[in-house]
Amino acid sequence: MTTVERQWALHVAHPTPRIACVELGGAWRKDDGLPDGGDVWREIETGPPVHRLTFDASRVTEWDSGLITFAVKLLAEARARAIDSDRAGLPDGAQRLLRLAEAVPERQTGRAGERPPWLARIGSWATSAWAEAASLLSFLGEGILALGALLRGRARFRTSDLLVVIQDCGPRALGIVGLISFLIGLILAFVGAVQLEQFGASIYVANLVAVAMTREIGCIMTAIVMSGRTGAAFAAQLGTMNTNQEIDALSTMGISPMEFLVLPRMLALILMMPLLTVYADFVGILGGAVVGMTMLGLGSMEYVEQTRGAVSLASFFIGVSKSVVFGVVVALVGCLRGMQSGRSAAAVGLAATSAVVTSIVLIIVIDGVFAVILNVLGF
Amino acid sequence: MAYGSFVIQHDISFTIAKGEIFVIMGGSGSGKSTLLNHMVGLRAPTAGDVLYDGESFWHAEDEERDRLRRRLGVSYQAGALWSSMTLAENVALPLETFTTLSAKQIDELVSLKLALVGLAGFEEFYPSEVSGGMLKRAGVARAMALDPDILFFDEPSAGLDPISSRRLDDLILELRASLRATMVVVTHELPSIFAIADTAVFLDADTRTMIALGNPKKLRDESPEPKVRAFLTRGEQSAGGNR
Repeated sequence: MTTVERQWALHVAHPTPRIACVELGGAWRKDDGLPDGGDVWREIETGPPVHRLTFDASRVTEWDSGLITFAVKLLAEARARAIDSDRAGLPDGAQRLLRLAEAVPERQTGRAGERPPWLARIGSWATSAWAEAASLLSFLGEGILALGALLRGRARFRTSDLLVVIQDCGPRALGIVGLISFLIGLILAFVGAVQLEQFGASIYVANLVAVAMTREIGCIMTAIVMSGRTGAAFAAQLGTMNTNQEIDALSTMGISPMEFLVLPRMLALILMMPLLTVYADFVGILGGAVVGMTMLGLGSMEYVEQTRGAVSLASFFIGVSKSVVFGVVVALVGCLRGMQSGRSAAAVGLAATSAVVTSIVLIIVIDGVFAVILNVLGF
Repeated sequence: MAYGSFVIQHDISFTIAKGEIFVIMGGSGSGKSTLLNHMVGLRAPTAGDVLYDGESFWHAEDEERDRLRRRLGVSYQAGALWSSMTLAENVALPLETFTTLSAKQIDELVSLKLALVGLAGFEEFYPSEVSGGMLKRAGVARAMALDPDILFFDEPSAGLDPISSRRLDDLILELRASLRATMVVVTHELPSIFAIADTAVFLDADTRTMIALGNPKKLRDESPEPKVRAFLTRGEQSAGGNR
């Protein structure tokens, strides 16, 4: 068996009974398993009380930060024990580094990395949730004011920006919205078919898919896809702009970031969400038809007629109206999170995550509120 | 040195002595930071090589190149600290990755490195919570984490007030004296150049090559290149026929 020989040597000498001299030799590198100061103090404690601690590093051949941390520990312990210390025996560079490390006293920042007690955590969570709700509401208010400015023809933004955002969140989203809606229509029809077939009511699969898609699923799925795709992109764009002080530059020029950045995004989604929802409704119904015609053996005209009979104009418009509200939610939450973002890479990532989570929660909650209101109104 | 077919600098050749403070200077766009990127292994030169103690960096095997990289510490212009980590975690990461030290030993080393740059007590702060000058100093602490043989500084004084800039120069001088490390500094700040440089190289953006190498004070007084004298005297001495 081979043993790794240690590179460093340590010995405590007593030139006089009241002085302890820490004699160091060999290589003192941090990777060599250096001792901590405990051995030195145990050795010192075996003799008579010591009043002074000195060093002799004349036989040290190499050293790095490892020697400095060892010396720092010994010197701190000596101070705690009210023992004088003399570092003149340490290598010249090490003495200079010790002086440099001690040149600026440790700042008492009150930051210890401890978790506050649970009650304090609940309290701070509640206050931050309240502040969060208030900021969302005030941002919504500012958004409505910006829309008002637009209607009065006073909003300042570039039409080209609006067109770029429209292109990004309209035509470019058709692929993903179409794919998701088609699959959802397919799954709805498949699950419905298995149940309805038992009662010989397979044809009602068309009703199930048509009503679900137009009234609920079409607009909800589109909103969720858009919050993941476009809301997160808004948050990341505005977060990065915030990091680069681009938003500050707009504000100091007297250009409202709300009008210049948020309004085009909100308008684009208000315009595109209903169109995407109508598209999602049709593609979803098509997905259902594929199952109806292949799995259940229904005729295509039969399926179309059944669907026409099932969908009321009210259901269709309810879905489309909800999509406008969801568009406002996705745009405002994405922009708000971006503008609230801290000025670092991690903060921009958090802003994008938070934009998606907040939008999805709000979309589901608002859909629930719609359901209750429409039920009371008799729709 | 080139970006695609656009040559930034050519025919650059110099030797840096051990323990020396070497300054790369030149006007904006002359390729100072690009040269630094070649030296620290971020960009391969279009032609030529960088040698450390005679060992080729760019022709070395990957493993050998990684070993050479660990001998270098780089302090970036804006600190380049990882924003999701505290200052202590930033300094600790290279120690955790490349050494077998215990968590306690790493904590002690991190405290020492932060104390050396005057940031004792700021261990638990995130980069977004400290000032620009503190970020730069924390970047220096991180660069020093593995006790590198060569420390590189990219524009250490940029964006700092004169006093903080002077303190950073003093820190570079003090670290060189105590660590016995070699320092390579990219800067165009004249007070810094005169305060810290043993040797300096001047990169010219027009001729796209180095036109002066030597002690900056000597270059200021004796360089045959009017452009170099003009640069080192802030244009107070005429640049002759040059623009």
